[in-house]
Amino acid sequence: MTEILVFCETNEDQLDSTAGELLAAGQKLSSELSLPVSAVIFNPNPDMVLQAGSLGADKIYKVTDPKFQQKTDEIYTHGLFEACKQINPTVILAGKTTLGRNVAARTAYRLKSTVAQDCMDISGDKNSGLISVKRPVYGGNAQAVFTFTNPLNQVVILRVKTFEPLPLDKSKTAEEIDLVISMPEPKLKVIDIVKQEFEGVRLEDAAVIVGGGRGLGGPEAFVQLEELAKILNGAVGASRAVCDAGWLDHSYQIGLTGKTVTPDLYITIAISGASQHMAGCSASKNIVAINKDGDANIFKEASFGVVGDWEQILPSFTATARELTQS
Amino acid sequence: MNIVVCVKQVMDPDTPISAFIVDEAEKKVIPAQGIPPVVNGYCENAVEAALQIRDQQGEGTITILSLGTDFVMDVMKKPLSMGADKMILIQDESASNLDASGIVNVLSAAINKISDVDLVLCGQQASDWDNAHIPMGLAENLELPCITSALNIEHTEDKLIVQSALPDGYQTFEAPLRSLITVNNLFGEPRYPTLKGIMQASRKSPEIWSIDDLGISKSDLEPSIILSELKIPVSEGNCEIIEGEDDADSGRLLALKLREEKII
Ligand SMILES: Cc1cc2nc3c(=O)[nH]c(=O)nc-3n(C[C@H](O)[C@H](O)[C@H](O)COP(=O)(O)OP(=O)(O)OC[C@H]3O[C@@H](n4cnc5c(N)ncnc54)[C@H](O)[C@@H]3O)c2cc1C
Repeated sequence: MTEILVFCETNEDQLDSTAGELLAAGQKLSSELSLPVSAVIFNPNPDMVLQAGSLGADKIYKVTDPKFQQKTDEIYTHGLFEACKQINPTVILAGKTTLGRNVAARTAYRLKSTVAQDCMDISGDKNSGLISVKRPVYGGNAQAVFTFTNPLNQVVILRVKTFEPLPLDKSKTAEEIDLVISMPEPKLKVIDIVKQEFEGVRLEDAAVIVGGGRGLGGPEAFVQLEELAKILNGAVGASRAVCDAGWLDHSYQIGLTGKTVTPDLYITIAISGASQHMAGCSASKNIVAINKDGDANIFKEASFGVVGDWEQILPSFTATARELTQS
Repeated sequence: MNIVVCVKQVMDPDTPISAFIVDEAEKKVIPAQGIPPVVNGYCENAVEAALQIRDQQGEGTITILSLGTDFVMDVMKKPLSMGADKMILIQDESASNLDASGIVNVLSAAINKISDVDLVLCGQQASDWDNAHIPMGLAENLELPCITSALNIEHTEDKLIVQSALPDGYQTFEAPLRSLITVNNLFGEPRYPTLKGIMQASRKSPEIWSIDDLGISKSDLEPSIILSELKIPVSEGNCEIIEGEDDADSGRLLALKLREEKII
């Protein structure tokens, strides 16, 4: 048995926010398996290395190559796979991000191992070195526990925001190791990257989210949601039904196949609360529901709610919220 | 051009939660009474992508490939009614005991057996186990370049130009024809079968294969991960319902309540 390897993603010149979550999960496993936690960082700068150390990495593998500037699954899969071949980790942890989930899954298969997707909890058995994970299946309607059968290269993809990063401990430093990996020419060529311009609070970072569903009847209603979001300093989100209908762009989608959000307050308006939607927001501190159907699933998840027509409820709610927050 | 689309039959994801039942001892979801299964939503998006590529080219063969146990023919024929040319069903009792790696090994052996495959298309994930990594496993086993979450696929001479979704935008790739691409709802609505399509599909019968036909070694079917528990999560379900004189009043009271609780 060797170590717990965390694939730390980077974002411009910093570690991605998932890195701290994964290192915290790594430390939990570390105490169960008595194995050290190491991080692999592609094209790290000194800040990232310091940060990974103070967030829980005992050892840091640094891999440097200009090719990693291009964040494609192909290039990073090659990098992570080659790193794993040299390290032979017991466990590999990655975050369920666009890059993380694809790279981790492909690395698992390339290593002739296997992967557990979208995990919410993880534990290790000291004697066998085998990992068990808890994960939602059937869109969150059921919850499963899976156990690996081979204690080498067990790849686990953790749902974003399920683990709380450890408090930054600046006194902790990690051993640093340079890994040399030769990079082949990629088979896929990136022709261009288009990033949407974004105004206001980012959905993933918002402390308050006002989410709208199909029951709003059309895109016009979102003007009222925007207004409420503005008063509460929040962002607007939506269900997949809304995005599929083209009322809002898919970058607004919250859920299993959209964004994972954990605001302090999530106000849902005319959203039924399908398990696939809740998969992206069930860790919100407070969920408030406005829905005309008292039996809608959303009321099972909400802490406060009103059963009724949003067109009547929302204007008075918004007006009162405005008065309260301005006084 | 030969396109293979991998398709899965799943329980209808719109099954009401009240009809969703788990047998905890058997670790199985019990199919809901009277609600037929469906072709997995994202797989239909992948079929649509294949049809668009064939339309662009004016030629090509689309083969639908599926692995399962209890196929409902009326359900599984939908991709054929949408316009796919052929269908191969690997119908095998032992399929339900396979883990993801086992499924990947069976499907890749099948794709190898269908000779001269150019492009493989898959739905990003199936709405039952939500693994979202079977396509990655196929790409690895078959050593194909892999692009996920395609928004648009354009075929030019011997290349594909594929837009792949990013959380806040997209990336455009140039890929060889021999690639694997995953598709989800972002690609756009799958077409409805036409009457002509349904008639044509009714005259086609799927080829039925079994896992034994594929010459896979036993060790490639051994599970590398085991389901050890399956249950329905309990939700606390203690929502405080705010009721005023009418809806507008309830809205006002709700805001006051959230203030009282220091939530806003
Ligand atoms: C593989 C897969 C992945 C998925 N991923 C996601 C995902 O990431 N995110 C997501 O959101 N969904 C996802 N879904 C879809 C999900 O299953 C639901 O279909 C979707 O969330 C429903 O959106 P909705 O609540 O807006 O619409 P509906 O379920 O149609 O609900 C509309 C609600 O509005 C209420 N309503 C109507 N009129 C009024 C009124 N006047 N006043 C008050 N209330 C009213 C109704 O009572 C109803 O509860 C996924 C599905 C699958 C199969």
